[in-house]
Amino acid sequence: MKRYSVFAVARQAFAHHQGWEKAWASPEPRARYDVVIVGAGGHGLATAYYLGRNHGITSVAVIEKGWLGGGNTGRNTTIIRSNYLQDPSAAIYEKARSLYETLSQELNYNVMFSPRGVMMLAQTEHEARGYRRTVHANLLQGVETEWIGPQRVKELCPIMNIDGPRYPVLGALWQPRGGTARHDAVAWGYARACSDMGMDIIQQCEVTGIRTEGGRVTGVSTTRGEIACGRLGLVVAGHSSVLAAMAGFRLPIESAALQALVSEPIKPCMDVVVMANTVHGYMSQSDKGEMVIGGGTDGFNNYTQRGSWHHIEETVRALIETFPMLSRLKMLRQWGGIVDMTGDRSPIISRSPVEGIFLNCGWGTGGFKAIPGSGWAMAELMARGHSPLAAPFGLERFREGRFIDESVAAGVAH
Amino acid sequence: MLTLTCPCCGVAAEETELAPGGQAHLRRFGPGSSDDDFTAYLFDRANPRGVHLERWRHAYGCGKWFLAARSTVTLEVFGTYPAQTREPPADVVARIRQRHPEWEGSR
Ligand SMILES: Cc1cc2nc3c(=O)[nH]c(=O)nc-3n(C[C@H](O)[C@H](O)[C@H](O)COP(=O)(O)OP(=O)(O)OC[C@H]3O[C@@H](n4cnc5c(N)ncnc54)[C@H](O)[C@@H]3O)c2cc1C
Ligand SMILES: [Zn+2]
Repeated sequence: MKRYSVFAVARQAFAHHQGWEKAWASPEPRARYDVVIVGAGGHGLATAYYLGRNHGITSVAVIEKGWLGGGNTGRNTTIIRSNYLQDPSAAIYEKARSLYETLSQELNYNVMFSPRGVMMLAQTEHEARGYRRTVHANLLQGVETEWIGPQRVKELCPIMNIDGPRYPVLGALWQPRGGTARHDAVAWGYARACSDMGMDIIQQCEVTGIRTEGGRVTGVSTTRGEIACGRLGLVVAGHSSVLAAMAGFRLPIESAALQALVSEPIKPCMDVVVMANTVHGYMSQSDKGEMVIGGGTDGFNNYTQRGSWHHIEETVRALIETFPMLSRLKMLRQWGGIVDMTGDRSPIISRSPVEGIFLNCGWGTGGFKAIPGSGWAMAELMARGHSPLAAPFGLERFREGRFIDESVAAGVAH
Repeated sequence: MLTLTCPCCGVAAEETELAPGGQAHLRRFGPGSSDDDFTAYLFDRANPRGVHLERWRHAYGCGKWFLAARSTVTLEVFGTYPAQTREPPADVVARIRQRHPEWEGSR
C-alpha cells in the first residue's frame, strides 16, 4: 500500500492524479477463511482490523451485501461522545473516543475527527439533575465532562435561544473532547488497512444461510457461493435478527427506522454539537456548511430505510424554538437507517448460542461513536474468547437481569 | 403515512393516532416456568424482515389495543383484528399467503 502524505499529493499532482492505486482490493471469495465477518459497516471492518493488528489473525473475509459503509455507518449524524452513565458504557465509549483521537494517523487515512465539543442541553429540572449526576459519574470514570450554566452555553453556541418560552436552557452537560468524524472515511480507512493486511473485503455478496455441524458454525452460504470459516462474526446492525434466525436463535432486538436530514449549506455559524434530548433533536454543522439534524426513532418494526414524515416534522419543530434561525433554512435531503434496538439501549458484544458465532449488535441509534472501541473488544473476544471491555455486554445479561441501562442517559437517538 | 383500521371503533387511523406495541401473540411464561422460557418471553423477539404480527393501541382514538399483520419490508398492511385472539383470523392469513406463499405463520 502506498502511503498517503503531502509528498504523495504533490507527486500525483505532477502525474495528473492518474497514479493513485485502488484503496482496497475487490477479490473473489476464497473457499475458506479462519474468520468471516458479516457486514462491512464500521463495526465489522474495525473488528477485522483489530483482529489483524492486535491478534495477528489475517485470514479474514468481511462480507457485505451492498457496498461497504452503505448501512448505518454511512447514514449517521457522526456524533462522538463518551459521557454515558454506567461504568461499562463509559469504558467502551471512552476507549473508542480516545482511539478516534489518533485514528487518522494510525490508519494513514484522514477520518476528519473533529473534537469540537458536544453539549447536551438540560431543558427541564429533571434533566439538569440527571446531567449533574452524569458529570459526577464521568469524573469517577475518568471521562472529562463538565456541567455548564446557560450563559456559558450561549457563549459556546451564540445562535441558540436560551430562554425559550417552553423549554428554557438551564445548563448543559459539556464534553469538550467529544465531536464528529467523517463517517465514510472511518469505513474506508479501516477497509484500506484491512485490505493491506491481506484480508478480503467482499462487496455485493449477501449471506443467505449459516451452516452448522453439531452445534458449531462451519460456514456461510452467500449469493457468491459457499464460504467455510472457523469463526463467524455477525455485525449487521438492523439485520441482526435476520442473521440470528438463519443460525436458529432469536435476539432481544427490534429493528426500527431512524432518520436524519441536512439543510442547504450556509456559512459557519455553529462550531459545537448540540443535543436537546427533551425535545428530541440534535444538530451540528458539517464541514460543507450543512446543518446536520437528527431526532428520535420511529416506533414500529421497520426494514425499509425510510421513516415517517411526522417524525421529521416533530424534530424540526422542536429545534426551531431553540434555534430560531433554522426556520429560514431549506432542508436538502432526508434519509433513514435501520437501527437495532435493545431494551436497555446498550449493545451486545457476545458469544451466541451457536459455538463459533459471535455477535456485535444492538448499537441502535448511537454506535458510530463506538466503532474503534467496539472493533477492539470484538476482535479480542473472537481471538481470545474473552474481552474485559466486552464482558458486561454479553447476551446473558438479559437473562440475569444485569441490564446496562442507558435508556435514560442516552435519552435520544445519536 | 401508515394507516391502520382500528377493529374496535372502525376508524381508519393514521400513524400519529396510534401507538405501536411490538410483537403480538406472545405466550406468557410466568412463575414456575423455566428460565429459558421466561427470558425468551420477556426479551427475545422474532423481529422478522417480512410479515410481522404486531400490537397497536388506538391511543388518540378509542384507546383500545388491537392487532395488525403488516410487512416490515413494504409496509403493506394485510389486515387488522381484535386483540382477543391467539392467532390471526383466516381472512388475514389468506391475504398474507397470497403475497407470501412461503410464510410459516406466527411461531
Ligand atoms: C440516521 C442515523 C443517525 C445516527 N446518528 C448517530 C450519531 O450521531 N452518533 C453515533 O454514534 N451513532 C449514530 N447512529 C448509529 C450508528 O450509525 C450505528 O450504530 C452504526 O453505524 C452501526 O454500525 P454497524 O457497522 O454495526 O452497522 P452498519 O453500518 O449498518 O453495517 C452493517 C452492514 O451489514 C450489511 N448486511 C446486512 N445483512 C447482510 C447480509 N445478509 N449479508 C451481508 N451483509 C449484510 C449491511 O448491508 C450493512 O452494510 C445513527 C444511525 C442512524 C440511522
Ligand atoms: Zn379505535
